[in-house]
This record gives sequence, C-alpha cells and structure tokens, in this order.
Amino acid sequence: MKLIFEKSVPGRHCDLLPKCDVEAVALPESFRRQTPPALPEMSEVDLSRHYTELNQHVHGVNCGFYPLGSCTMKYNPRIDEEMAALPGFTGVHPLAPAYSVAGCREVLDTAKKYLCEITGMTGMTFQPAAGAHGEFTGVLLIKQYHHSRGDMGRTKIIVPDSAHGTNPATAAMCGFQVVNIPSAPDGCVDLEALKAVLGPDTAGLMLTNPNTVGIFDENILEITRLVHEAGGLCYYDGANLNAVMGVVRPGDMGFDCIHMNLHKTFATPHGGGGPGACAVGCKDFLEQFLPHSALMDEPGHLQVKSFAGNFLVVVRALTYLMTLGREGVPEAAQNAVLNANYLMRKIQGTFDLAFDRTCMHEFVLDLSEYKKETGVSALDVAKSLIDYGMHPPTMYFPLIVHEALMLEPTETESKETLDWAAEVFRKMYELGRKDPEYMHNAPHNAQIGRPDEVLAARHPVVRWQKA
Amino acid sequence: MNFPAELKYSQSHEWIREEDGVTVIGISDFAQDALGDVVFINLPQEGDECTAGEAFGDVESVKAVSDLVSPVTGTVCAVNEDLLDAPEMLNQDPYGAWIIKVENVTGTEELLDATAYEAFCATEG
Amino acid sequence: MSYVPSTGEQRQEMLRAIGMQDFRDLYRDVPREMYLDRPLDIPEGMSELEVSRAVSAMAARNTVFPTVLRGAGAYDHYTPSIVKTVPNKEEFLTAYTPYQAEMSQGVLQSIFEYQTMICELTGMDVSNASMYDGAEAAAEAAAMCRDRKRRVTLVSAAAHPDTINTIRTYCFGTGDEMRVVPMKDGKTDMEALREMLTADVASFYVQQPNFFGQLEDADAIGALVHAAGAMYVMGCNPIALGIMKTPFDCGADVAVGEGQPLGMPIAFGGPYLGYMATTTKHMRKLPGRIVGETVDHDGNRAYVLSLQAREQHIRREKASSNICSNQALCALTASVYMAAMGPDGIAEVARQSMAKAHYLCRGLTAIDGVDLVYTGEFFHEFVTTLPRTDEVLSALEKAGILGGLPIEGGVLWCATEKATKAEMDRAIAIVKEVLAK
Repeated sequence: MKLIFEKSVPGRHCDLLPKCDVEAVALPESFRRQTPPALPEMSEVDLSRHYTELNQHVHGVNCGFYPLGSCTMKYNPRIDEEMAALPGFTGVHPLAPAYSVAGCREVLDTAKKYLCEITGMTGMTFQPAAGAHGEFTGVLLIKQYHHSRGDMGRTKIIVPDSAHGTNPATAAMCGFQVVNIPSAPDGCVDLEALKAVLGPDTAGLMLTNPNTVGIFDENILEITRLVHEAGGLCYYDGANLNAVMGVVRPGDMGFDCIHMNLHKTFATPHGGGGPGACAVGCKDFLEQFLPHSALMDEPGHLQVKSFAGNFLVVVRALTYLMTLGREGVPEAAQNAVLNANYLMRKIQGTFDLAFDRTCMHEFVLDLSEYKKETGVSALDVAKSLIDYGMHPPTMYFPLIVHEALMLEPTETESKETLDWAAEVFRKMYELGRKDPEYMHNAPHNAQIGRPDEVLAARHPVVRWQKA
Repeated sequence: MNFPAELKYSQSHEWIREEDGVTVIGISDFAQDALGDVVFINLPQEGDECTAGEAFGDVESVKAVSDLVSPVTGTVCAVNEDLLDAPEMLNQDPYGAWIIKVENVTGTEELLDATAYEAFCATEG
Repeated sequence: MSYVPSTGEQRQEMLRAIGMQDFRDLYRDVPREMYLDRPLDIPEGMSELEVSRAVSAMAARNTVFPTVLRGAGAYDHYTPSIVKTVPNKEEFLTAYTPYQAEMSQGVLQSIFEYQTMICELTGMDVSNASMYDGAEAAAEAAAMCRDRKRRVTLVSAAAHPDTINTIRTYCFGTGDEMRVVPMKDGKTDMEALREMLTADVASFYVQQPNFFGQLEDADAIGALVHAAGAMYVMGCNPIALGIMKTPFDCGADVAVGEGQPLGMPIAFGGPYLGYMATTTKHMRKLPGRIVGETVDHDGNRAYVLSLQAREQHIRREKASSNICSNQALCALTASVYMAAMGPDGIAEVARQSMAKAHYLCRGLTAIDGVDLVYTGEFFHEFVTTLPRTDEVLSALEKAGILGGLPIEGGVLWCATEKATKAEMDRAIAIVKEVLAK
C-alpha cells in the first residue's frame, strides 16, 4: 500500500473554510515557522479511498472471531456509537457552567451508581484513560492513604509473577518497591509465599481475580484478610471482571479499590489501541483521595489527566449497561464463562490445556510438549490461524506458562463460531504434525508475511522521509 | 560455542580482560546466543561509577531485555559507542565487541576461568 | 438483553456438553459466602429504542452553545465531515492494538503516517503513537527527562492548571519534586527561571501559547534551560504550529501537546489526544507505542510495533512508564484532519483563529471597564478584566454564546475560525449593553 505522503499532489486540497471575515493579523517574525509542515495535499476523494484501503487491512471484531485472551474482544454495539455522537454530548465544553452540563453529570453519576453496585464500591472516578492509567490512579490511592496516616514505612507492593506487566510497572511509577511472589502450580496465589513477604513494609497487593490464567482464586477471602492484617490494602485489577460481573463483587472479596476497563468489560471499542476509559472505584475511606481536575473541579487533589476523563467512552459504557440491566449483566458474565469452558473442552484432546479444570472467561493452552514433538511453536500456530481469518489468541502470556496461547471467546460469540474455531484448532494440530515447515512460514494468505522485527529495532525507521 | 582461554568470566556471563591497567568488559558467546538478536544496548557514560554485582547497562533483543552486570567496582573510562549503531556486533563478534573499560578498580567479583565457565554454562543450558 | 447470540436451547446444549447442569456449576470455585445471591440493584435492561430515548434525554439536558468563545484547553474548531466518518469505520473502530502485524497493516500504517505528520508539525525526529492527552503527555515527558542525578522538574506557572497538577501527581508517584516557576506579566519569569535552574533540575516545561494565550519567548527559554544542562519540554498547540516556530527550532528536546484541536470534539473533556515527539538522541527513552518500518520475509514493505524493549510488558517494574493502550483512534482522527487540511489549511485555521481572537479583543477592550490584563503578543486567547462577570456571562449565555472563562484576575477569552464577525459583534454588543446599565 502506498503511504498517504506518496499519494500527495502539490496544490491539491479540500475546500473547507470560508474566507476570513475580519482583518488579518500578522504573527511577529520571531514567532513564525520557517517552512510549512510537509503534510499531505489531498482531495477528499483521495482521502476517502486512502483510508478505505487502510481499513480493508484491519481485522476488527466486526470481521470475525477475536479470541485475544485478557483483552475481552466482545462485540461493540452500534447504538453505543450513536449515543456517543449525539451533539448534546459532543458539543459540550468541559468548563461550561454547571447548569448547562447537567446531562453530562447525569451520565457520570448514573454510570458511577451502576458500576459501584456491580463492584461493591462506594466512590469512583472516570478520569483515567486506560487500564494502566487506572492502575496508576488506584495505587496512588493506596499511597495517599498510608501517607495520610503518617505510615511512611510501607514501601512495598506485592505482585504475583503471573501478573500483567503493567502491575509491576505501575507500582514502580508510584514509587513502590515491587515484590514478586511465585504462583502456586495452579496459577493461584501461593499463601505461604504471600505470608512470607507480608510485613510492616507492605503497602498493598495487586491482584486479578479470576487470575491471568483464567482461574478464580478460591482463597481470595484469606488472601485479602492476610494483607489487611499486615496493614496493607488490596487492589483489584479489573481486567478480568467480565467473568464475574453480577455474580460476585470485588468489594465482597475484600478489595479496597479496583479499576475497570470500560473498553473490555463494558463493550466500548478498542479503536486499534484506544481511546479506552477506566473507572477506578474504592471503598468509602479512600474516596477523599480520588483525583479531580484542578480547573474543572477544585485544586488540591491528585489528577492523572485533564478534565473528567474520556467522557464519550463513558457514554458508550453507560448505554451498554442500561441495555443489559439487572439481568443482562450476570447473563453476559455467565455466557462468557460458558463459551470459554465449551471451547476449552472442544479443543481438549488436541493441544494441551495448561490447567485441566473449570475455567472462568478464558483459558490457556500449553504448547511446550507439542513444540518438542513437532517443532511447531505457539507463534507458528498463532500465525497459521491468520490464514483462517481468525485473530490469534494472546501469545506467550502469562509468563508462567511456556508456549502459551490464551483464548478468551467472550459471550458475544455463538455456538456455531465456537464449533468452527475448535475445528480450526484441530486442523492446526494435525497440520503441525504433517507439515511443520508450512506452519513455520505462516501466514500464507495475509497481506504481508512475517515482518523482520530485528531489522525494525536495530535500524529504526519511524517516519516517512521524502526520497 | 567459543570460550577463549585468555579471558575471565562472571556467572552473569560477562567476560573481562586486563589491558594496560584497565579492565575491559564484554558479554560471552554463550550470553549473546541466549539473548538472540541484540537490537540495542543501553550504555553508561564515561565517568560513571560501576559496582561489582550491579547493573551498568542493559541489552535489548526484540522481546526481552537483560541487565549487564559489572564484575568489578571502579570508574568507567571508555564506552564502546560503536555498539549504539551496530548492536549486531555483540552477536557477530562477542569477544571483539567490548562494551566498557573500567579504571581505578577497587573490587572484583569471584571470576571463573574458561574451563570452569564452560562447565558452568553447561549447567545453565 | 446481553448481545449473547446463542439461543437458550443452545446454551443448555453447551452446558450439557461440558457436563454441567446450570450456570451455577460454572462458578464452583467461587466461595458460597461471596456468591451474589440477589439481583443487582440497577434497573432492568432495556430495548435499543428505550435506551436510545433515555440516553438522548440525558444529552438533551445539556445546553449546547452555538457560539463558543471559551477555550482553556478545549478548543471549538470546525471538524470536516470526512474527519468524522473515517474513524467511524467499523474495522478501525473495533480492532485491538496491532499486535499481529500480518492482519493489522492498516492500523500500523495509519500510525506510521500519524507519527510522520506529528514530526512534520513539530519539526522533531520521532513521534510515538500517542499519549492519553496533553497533560499526561507533559507528565510523562518530565518523567522521561529524569535520570539518576537530575530529578527535579520545573514547570511554568503559566501552563494549564490541569497540566501542572498532572505533572505534580506523577512526581508524587515517584517521590520526585516539582517546582513551579512564577510568571511575570502573564509569561514565564525569565529571571526566576534562571535562578531556579539548579544542577538537580532534569527539565523545564513551558506551554506555547501559554494558558493565558500569551506567546512565550521560547528560544530564549530554551537557551537558558540548555545552558543549565537540563532538558527542554515544550507543550505546543498543534493548530498554532501551522504558522508558529516549531519546538525543534526553539531547541526543545521533547515536544508534547493537547491534540484535541486536530479534529476532536470538545465533548466535555474527552477523549482527546496527547502527542509526544523527541529527537533521535532520546528516541529510546520515549514512552508508549512506536510503529516502525521494516520488510517481511519476501522483502515487502511492512510496519510493526517496534522498539518494544522500552515497554512495560518486557521491562515490567523497570519500565519508565506503564502505558500500553493510548488514543489510537484519536490519532487516526488527527491524521485525517491534518491530511484534509494540508499545510495550507492548517495554516489558514491558525491565521483565522488568530485574526478573530484579535478582532474580538479589540471589540471587547473598546468597552469601558474591559481592559487587557496581559499585553504581550497572543495567539487565539487573551485575558481581560470584566466588571460584573457573572451578569455579563449569563446575558451572553441567554443569547447562545458561551463567553470567556472566569479565572483569577479576569476572564480568559478564545476565538477560533468558527466564530463569525457577526457572532462576535453580537457578543461585543451584549457585553457593552450589560455594562452600560
């Protein structure tokens, strides 16, 4: 595909603005730029076709099965988009007077009310823009709490070794020392390992439950109790909330604060990598530490970005929540878990399951034995799936399973799709035994073959330059 | 796998060589092989202090990053900046591609000779 | 209603296939005492038609002002129609981060093009794939500039209050210090800056144009900052860069900014876009996703997420930032906006915004009691005194005009290319009329 710059024609443009109806004002020479930016020069039809061509080389949830584990790639309802595009929301200035933004406040208040009920929390902010950003916000609540009590010796955050990389990175950004604890063989928290590291220097624990291998940690009450006894707080990474919403609440598990990815659990689109939105909830004793905008609300609080967060994403999530309602929320969770278990059992007998037990919303395949036998790796299988129009599962995560493929089908896939997916996995399994070479070179029918990532990293070309 | 006899090795897979009163440090053939294609190296600056057993920089492959651990305590007196443009030299010529030189060395980790190091690598492999 | 396609019968069939009686069996690992044995206390689900009515009713409770003369970090520019339609294409909209390059070339190429456009606009060498917004980008830039010896971050008091507060928050996180450099006549106080640039200062952040609309002497600031051995971070309005000296030419080491003016609606504060670019020298310290060009095994041009060893999923607690998702669809919006405008268009938006703001300023300050508070050069925002502020603003609002933002010491006005002469004349007349009473 040609780059937009390679399609640019000098002098071409779109007619968008009227002539200026007031007197021109010259920018003083010392402030002026020397040469104009070499932006593309395009007509509207050029633009339309260029972006249509790019769009044709993107796999969205609307294109087909997208079992990307831990990312909850559920269908994104169109009505949510329509509501977020209402001029009554898009045309509102964040600093407009209070009476004129009553509808926006109602959106935030209603979303807060519903999400607090679902999670068992009492306070909430929508300021963070993404999951990692929400983690940062949540762990800062923990830090402020300890500081407000003059308890400055709590310098450590405990993170299981199965955790997403953002957990330790977040703890470090909040100035905490990260204590990694090994997981038990089933991927759950090893209680003895936890007890061994708890102490007067424990600020808190970051945990995902169901955990990153898709298993609900049945010791959860014991875990949160132990952390609280040591004087620490418990942070719930809501990445996997889709498995349990409406069924069990993080607040009832003993967690003190939580983040939820609205772009996972609450069906807002991922946009090729954002914008997401993150709701951070907390129990009442932490509410005073929630972030606020210095300009829009009042100074004197922490703040992680401007204004009130990614508001239009909250509109989408609220629309989704209102559609699902009381019965729909647990129904979605239950069917997400049903679909995962059904697909897992259909695939069983081919690739090994990392954990042969009832899973939550996702499960992990362990291809290490298969790789020893055939030479075909998890990467080879993932790339081969592309030829079948299936987005590959998450690869090589969690780190505690070698040659891992993590599948999360979500509730919005039908039985037919799951049957088809299981069949594709069966074919892959057999193909790898027959023709491993073919799989090493997959994909064969994609727009490009495997890219040379070493070249990209050694000799970075990160922008287009005129030849 | 190559283990030149004239070098000494650390258990974190760095090699060292004495040269005109300074200590020259690089990574072993075993290390570069385990890392895979090295794509970038983070280097210290001349004048930085390094401490035996602690990281003085790191090397990146596409999907991993590994600390470079100093076998000696001293002051960095030279840095091989050619590696910034050609990190592949660490893969192609690990014993030619020195990383830093250290002077005023006040302490040294316990080091292995080539035979002992080769045996150590066999247990790591 | 839960968007579950399998029928009730199919669900039963699937349960039977995995040897289970009912849904409760699926949750056998959940301890009985915490299993939620009651319905959620939220309303029943609704049909699409009912939801559409209910949410539209919320939107209708807002007042949308046809004329917006308020900015302060959210700028009401014209959004070309094509800029609204492209990001709404369902594939762009619903894809995940492009981890699988072979089936994501469209997203990857669009990010590569975005990076190039940001480099063109800022003059910098390298842009990342975007940050959450301008404030967060500024905070991450400050973090990027810190090293073992230099830990202190300086910020101009004339920057946006939300940006200052966000930088302060990120500094609180790592336990580092932020110091605010005072302002003089609505701009960074150069003498104070000179004194505050001590050997422990990692970087200085200035906003251009600043929060009060004033143009900072960005070159001279850069020279001061570099003379003290610190890094220079500029937060620039991207529309202004259509005509204004680039951060690169002002000596910036890192350029960041709020990308909202590039085609995103003001939308009660988000989603917006943080852009972030730097020089080749600091490329490997840049946080966030970066797309790079390479070839596939047949030698075809291809794009991939590159330089990943900087990121949290590899460095974990040693990563300098935890960012993973960014604002990709907003970056796409900005790209389409920049391509639709082209170099001439973006300069024209800048020129018209500046011309209209100056027209509005002349009209307002001709009224008795309304005077410019800061008299330096300005772009499209300015501060005036305004007697009986509440009364005046309320009269404007009744006429469908959102006036300037009351801030300490006056009112901060803004005009973009959207404000017509007739609208501004009406606004000026209303202010005059109220104050004449």
